[in-house]
Amino acid sequence: MSQDIYPKLKEIIKPYLPEDVNPDAISPESHLVTDLNINSTHLVDIVLDVEDAFDITIEDDELDNMETVTASIALIEQKLATR
Amino acid sequence: MTKEEIVSKLPYTDPFLFVDKITKVTQTHITGEYTFDENHDFYKGHFVNFPITPGVILLECMQQIGLVSLGIYLLRDKDFDLKSNSTVAMVENEARFYKPVFPNEKVTVLSDLEYFRFFKLKSKVKMLNDAGETVCNGVFSGILKPGDAKS
Repeated sequence: MSQDIYPKLKEIIKPYLPEDVNPDAISPESHLVTDLNINSTHLVDIVLDVEDAFDITIEDDELDNMETVTASIALIEQKLATR
Repeated sequence: MTKEEIVSKLPYTDPFLFVDKITKVTQTHITGEYTFDENHDFYKGHFVNFPITPGVILLECMQQIGLVSLGIYLLRDKDFDLKSNSTVAMVENEARFYKPVFPNEKVTVLSDLEYFRFFKLKSKVKMLNDAGETVCNGVFSGILKPGDAKS
């Protein structure tokens, strides 16, 4: 399942990257804030796009579980499984 | 929370408070008014011999009513005080201007909430002049930061 989630998530993240960050820099290990320089308000946008794309709901206190690409995939998988 | 209480909780004061009153508020919408007094200092410099309200001030007015006032209402049951334990920051604005606003003109700002999640409030905001013409419209967002501005 995560093989399907990863490319989809990557496409969601891309538009929110700062101009000086190459989309190729996105890897499973990437930390959205410290590695990819995504600001906290765009993090909210990414969460909202993820909710739409996967038809899931992420609670306010789960934002901390989306710090890295891998952690985000895990959260999305968990949400999809319990949907 | 009354409409008067919303205005009293705004973290602005003269010369940078651009809200006279809130006339309507719901969970997804707010309407407010402001009259640009001709004695505002910025009219002396914008422009020489031709006082006209600066666009940035119109944006500020739209955000004070459309984002901050609405946010105060939505968080009315939570323990946030923008004058002591939290602060706000503008994060995005995409606006188009259609009409000038001259000294002593009254404007009405209408804001329709798109979302308020994870402390980020995004709204479609419109400013009308007294004739009901659109002065400016746009999509704005701001974020609430718990903790005072210095921390």
